[in-house]
Amino acid sequence: MQFRLEKRPEPSKAMLYLTPVGAVLATALVGAIVFSLIGYNGLGAVREIFLTPLLNPLKWQDLAVKSAPLIIIAVGLSIGYRANVWNIGAEGQYVLGGLAGTGIALLTRDMSGPWILPLMIGGGVLGGMAWAVLPALLRTRLQVNEILTSLMLTYVAIQLLNYLVIGPWKDPMGFGFPQTRMFTADQMLPTIIPRTIVHLGVPIALVVAVAAWFMMSRSVFGYQVKVVGAAPDAARYGGFSVNRTIWLALLTSGALAGLAGVLEAAGPFGRMVPSFPTNYGFTAIIVAFLGRLNPLGIIFAGLAMAIAVVGGEVAQTTIKLPAAAVGIFQSMMLFFLLASDLLVRYRVRFGDRTVEARA
Amino acid sequence: MTLITRRNVLRIGAAGLALPFAGSLAFGQDGPLKIGFVNVGPKDDNGWTFGHWTGAKALEAEFGDKVEITFVESVPEGPDCERVLRELAQQGNKIIFATSFGFGDYVIKVAREFPDVIFEHATGYQRSDNVGTYNARFHEGRAVMGTLAGHLSQTNNIGYIGSFPIPEVVMGINAFTLAARKINPEITVNVVWLSSWHDPAKEADAARALIDQGADILVQHTDGPAALQVAEERGIIGGFGQGADMSAFAPKSHLSAIIDVWAPHYIQVVKDVQAGTWVSDDSWPGIAAGEVVIGAYNEKIPADVVAAAEAVKLGIADGSLNPFTGPILDNAGTERVPAGQIVDDAGLWAMDWYVEGVKA
Amino acid sequence: MSTELLIAVIITLIGASTPILIAALGELVVEKSGVLNLGVEGMMLIGAVVAFAVTFATGNHWLAILCAAIAGSASSMIFAFLTLTLSANQVATGLALTIFGTGFSALFGQAYTGKPIELFRSVFPAELATHPVWRLVFGHSPLVYFSLIMVVAVWFFLKKTRTGLILRAVGENDLSAHSIGYSVVLTRYAAVAFGGAMAGIAGSCFPLLLTPQWAERLTAGRGWIALALVVFAAWRPFRLLAGAYLFGLVMTIELYTKASGSTGFLPSEFWAALPYIATIVVLVLISLRRSGQSAAPACLGKPFMPAQ
Repeated sequence: MQFRLEKRPEPSKAMLYLTPVGAVLATALVGAIVFSLIGYNGLGAVREIFLTPLLNPLKWQDLAVKSAPLIIIAVGLSIGYRANVWNIGAEGQYVLGGLAGTGIALLTRDMSGPWILPLMIGGGVLGGMAWAVLPALLRTRLQVNEILTSLMLTYVAIQLLNYLVIGPWKDPMGFGFPQTRMFTADQMLPTIIPRTIVHLGVPIALVVAVAAWFMMSRSVFGYQVKVVGAAPDAARYGGFSVNRTIWLALLTSGALAGLAGVLEAAGPFGRMVPSFPTNYGFTAIIVAFLGRLNPLGIIFAGLAMAIAVVGGEVAQTTIKLPAAAVGIFQSMMLFFLLASDLLVRYRVRFGDRTVEARA
Repeated sequence: MTLITRRNVLRIGAAGLALPFAGSLAFGQDGPLKIGFVNVGPKDDNGWTFGHWTGAKALEAEFGDKVEITFVESVPEGPDCERVLRELAQQGNKIIFATSFGFGDYVIKVAREFPDVIFEHATGYQRSDNVGTYNARFHEGRAVMGTLAGHLSQTNNIGYIGSFPIPEVVMGINAFTLAARKINPEITVNVVWLSSWHDPAKEADAARALIDQGADILVQHTDGPAALQVAEERGIIGGFGQGADMSAFAPKSHLSAIIDVWAPHYIQVVKDVQAGTWVSDDSWPGIAAGEVVIGAYNEKIPADVVAAAEAVKLGIADGSLNPFTGPILDNAGTERVPAGQIVDDAGLWAMDWYVEGVKA
Repeated sequence: MSTELLIAVIITLIGASTPILIAALGELVVEKSGVLNLGVEGMMLIGAVVAFAVTFATGNHWLAILCAAIAGSASSMIFAFLTLTLSANQVATGLALTIFGTGFSALFGQAYTGKPIELFRSVFPAELATHPVWRLVFGHSPLVYFSLIMVVAVWFFLKKTRTGLILRAVGENDLSAHSIGYSVVLTRYAAVAFGGAMAGIAGSCFPLLLTPQWAERLTAGRGWIALALVVFAAWRPFRLLAGAYLFGLVMTIELYTKASGSTGFLPSEFWAALPYIATIVVLVLISLRRSGQSAAPACLGKPFMPAQ
């Protein structure tokens, strides 16, 4: 079969919205077939992973809590990716955000007052931002690839976390287990809906996404980011500083990853533990792409990813689908999405007039 | 075991959809008693989680149709386990066993939401009205292994691979070393900390490093057989199975094993719940209760050494021998326990020092 | 330190270095062609589980390595198709490949946990390796000799062959290479396939060379160290060899220090972070020396977009 690709003059709006839906549907379909073939309950897996979390109201609070950090991090990353700045070290910035918040929590453990939590959150934002300074500095000053530096720093952050919770920050009353003390009531995120686990981080995630959408679509900064990403030479010609954009993009994404980190530490975790890095920083990269680098799209993408995770756990308890299968579903979803990306930018034409397109 | 087979998938799935709001009331009291297990590893890990899987199977053998067990594997420690705990409670499980330390905070939290569900947390220390804790005195088994090592080591150098210096690991090292040095005061125990529960390649390299520097017996407090396999490869005197019998990995070097048997505790909890007599407490039995079992001795071990190890085992079982009987010096030479005294349970849980002969 | 101990340390560190060396050699060729595949860890896990399964079933280590290479290469083709044919983003696709490999290996490996196999030992007669010094020469697994041969082979290929020259041209300036008439996409497909095969073989080192068992996430992050190593070595094969052994030394010397009964003089977390810190330092040094010029292939990570 011969086909050729024809670049669309404008990215297709219809495809932009249709392809993520298509990717999820394709994942469900192929997943059902593949898992049935290898001896699992394929249809059951799809039902439990993709439908149960949506249909069972008991799961809604889990979806909200699980998607909030993904949305916050992915929104930050999407701004950078629009500017062609590839921060893939959000996991490390998330850890640093959590550590900075924990540090303040440990310092203020004998104090009380409503000022402590905002201070922790501010510290977390700065912590995440600080971890993005080095990649920004090296990229703008020395042209060092930020993909590599931000990734390397993630592993440094994780070792720093291990060092602190095994060493100086270890709970003196915790029987030697590698974890800090519990945060006090003033250091924990309040629950906003009584009798649920939905904490303040959930509305913060929505506010962050909407604010970012507004900034990206309505402000000069958003325009600048897009121009720098699409055509750096034109940006320079137009008087935009490429370096300044890189700095802003990296610091913003670092700050938001740090925010997600401190919200997780002060929310669901309630103390710092070695299992704090839960791959949110890497999963958020998938979420950013699934949301088409659009902050509003990312809300839905974060929700979709949370559905897959929460549903994966349901499938583990109800139909005994192994935890590993959830990873396969996630990666398949991303594979399909990345593949369908082509449809946004290109029109597929069948026929044999192949010469100009691919030769 | 009603480990959700494909036949009853539809039933449970449908019930889950039909009763979204039912919460912990989803299943009435007429059906089987539903019991959930939340585990940090896969059941085939040949160590920790495998021990709990065996315990779950023993429950089924004991109670048959009267219980229905859901065994969830590979649950990360952190907020993710909170969802699994809640999910199990919502599906009508009446007893939930959480078998890893890192689940503790979330067990307490979820237990508050489901006051009529009983939670049992392994290796933890936080309890509440409906949360009990349980553990086993593994260090008693370490004392038996130490006795073997004291007799068998020729280089007087024993390598010990540890994960993190938490009390459970520290008291194991100390019980082992005290028992070994009782036989042979020349013995030293070199500890390598990995700062990881799971990195088999690093465990194997640590084992090589210990053997290269003269260790002829290895002990590990990590869950895999990596160190034993290196012992077998290098042909040293040997090592010990941790949590389960691991002789399949090292037939020549597997001297014996400390086997975790949770069945007595699990059966007791279910009986107590059925009788309505369950109360939250801390259960910490050992060899005497059959929760810590000494594996088969390798046939290459001389009969008198086996007899010495058995004597220690029986002494601990009948209470005539306590592995932590003074005088005990720490490795800086300070007397920690005076002659004739023993370390009580609170002292064991606070143990952050090493006995004479340990280099850690 | 006695000679015997020194030799023992060297043998252990060579073992620890070999998988990262093999994986990094593959990734080096991939990156030289202008492609950044972050899926190394995932492909290594696939190679590891396949090598274990084949050894468990047949006992044939050579067949196991071959199958691991094929499996690694096959999984890399998912990446190649998405990024090269469909121009998808390389970073996201590589990460997805790692998630996929982790999940696939855990699922496929369920049947193999708790089962032993035989290590792939030296193929030389044991008499040759009795003396400690000769052990250094003849005492290794064939995988170690393979890694050393591949260092030379990759260097020779990149520097001395026409195909190697084309590959580097494609990585440095895909548009010119394209305009001269070389197939950018085909060259990159071949490079990615090679990288996948090498990652698969690197994965096979875990059950065959280091610890003859299967466990979930057996590679425990070594794939990311391999990625760091490529950068650390500034994309040069012989520096890669030196860097791999340096990283191996960092990974094992701490264990030997502690095993000798002395306490480490720095926290072990510092040693674990050192390869990554060192890589960043090297990146900075390279950039300083070349005054703003990076040593990375110019097209690294960018999709090939010929003019329509």
